[in-house]
Amino acid sequence: MLKFIDTVGEAVAGIKDGSTVMIGGFGNAGQPFELIDALMECGAKDLTVVNNNAGQGDQGLALLIKEGRVRKMICSFPRQSDSWHFDAKYHAGEIELELVPQGNLAERIRAAGAGIGGFFTPTGYGTTLAEGKETRLLDGKWQVFETPIHADVALIKALKADGKGNLVYRKTARNFGPIMAAAAKHTIVQVSEIVPTGSLDPENVVTPGIYVNSVVRVSGSSAEKVA
Amino acid sequence: MSTQTSLQTSEKPLGRDELAQLVARDIAPGSFVNLGIGQPTLVSNYLTEEQNITLHTENGMLGMGPAAVGDEIDGDLINAGKIPVTELPGASYFHHADSFAIMRGGHLDICVLGAFQVSATGDLANWHTGAPDAIPAVGGAMDLATGAKDVFVMMTLLTREGVSKLVEQCSYPLTGVGCVTRVYTDKAVFLTGPHGVTVRETFGCTLEEIQELVPLPLKKAE
Repeated sequence: MLKFIDTVGEAVAGIKDGSTVMIGGFGNAGQPFELIDALMECGAKDLTVVNNNAGQGDQGLALLIKEGRVRKMICSFPRQSDSWHFDAKYHAGEIELELVPQGNLAERIRAAGAGIGGFFTPTGYGTTLAEGKETRLLDGKWQVFETPIHADVALIKALKADGKGNLVYRKTARNFGPIMAAAAKHTIVQVSEIVPTGSLDPENVVTPGIYVNSVVRVSGSSAEKVA
Repeated sequence: MSTQTSLQTSEKPLGRDELAQLVARDIAPGSFVNLGIGQPTLVSNYLTEEQNITLHTENGMLGMGPAAVGDEIDGDLINAGKIPVTELPGASYFHHADSFAIMRGGHLDICVLGAFQVSATGDLANWHTGAPDAIPAVGGAMDLATGAKDVFVMMTLLTREGVSKLVEQCSYPLTGVGCVTRVYTDKAVFLTGPHGVTVRETFGCTLEEIQELVPLPLKKAE
């Protein structure tokens, strides 16, 4: 059941300790900062977080990591010039890291949403990131078996939602949003604008509302209820 | 003219920009291309309008334009290096799984990458030094190495210590196996493949001088 929620705090209130949480964004583009801040305040801990990176600077995901809320990161690129909170936890042995090539990360998330039990991909064959994984020679290429990444919750950012939860994004801020929305049991979206049902061209809907559970508008006043 | 000098196309080793210019010239008109972070990005400065090249960035865009300046800067429009960029007419956006399907599915003609080492059979090492205390970070490196029809590497031939980065077998952790097709260096252009390494041209030195630097048998390209 789709819900329009007034505040980010209410939107994330149901996230339990030990959850796997997907967080959209590539760098700052598409990062749902307000939802991440609300997750921080709601106090959920022992989280497994799926994101391309492992937090930047002193905001958002980096703070969740700093405060010890994240037990495990599943990501492709944790090491950045300003990823000091992750670096410290990693060197202290206080956070687990599952490092995944970026395209495998995306496809494993997609597979979860699409009900695929696993897939063979050439990416990573012959590297340390494929160690211990099943391999097969398919179509003349050695390929590695990869499994889906499911999540309890996805926190993503879109530009607009309509009353059915259909989403459109903006430029490269789309990145992981559509696939995370499909992969999680419960998808929470922050949008800049909620528009009346029927005002989005159905040809241009990127994420159909079936994948969306909660919508919260973050800029300006509280979410308008639209039907 | 002797065979040694016939390969030499420049009096001096090439600088970074000259090398980028050479790579740009070698990209066939109409190609779809992904330029890796760092030195490969310079290639975009030398692509001409007549070449009609479409640039892909793995965070989800085809038709990427030059870096954004001033009022053009938009936090929602960045490249894989997280640098603000612009969009060209005919650009398209897509999600991450589609973006990597473009790569993995063999739809890109060329990707240009940096490297720590390339082996005689085209293995690539460019993601991790293997230092035990280093936090590993791979990003899209393995996907890029695997997917494009041609993988071009741009690097200096020698490390700061004077050791060849073109090697019999990589000592750094691999990014991809047998994926590199060409290596553009300051001193020579090498073609790699299952039948060994050949030299297409040299800059400021002869094939024999290159052979003294590189610890694997080199032949002149056909």
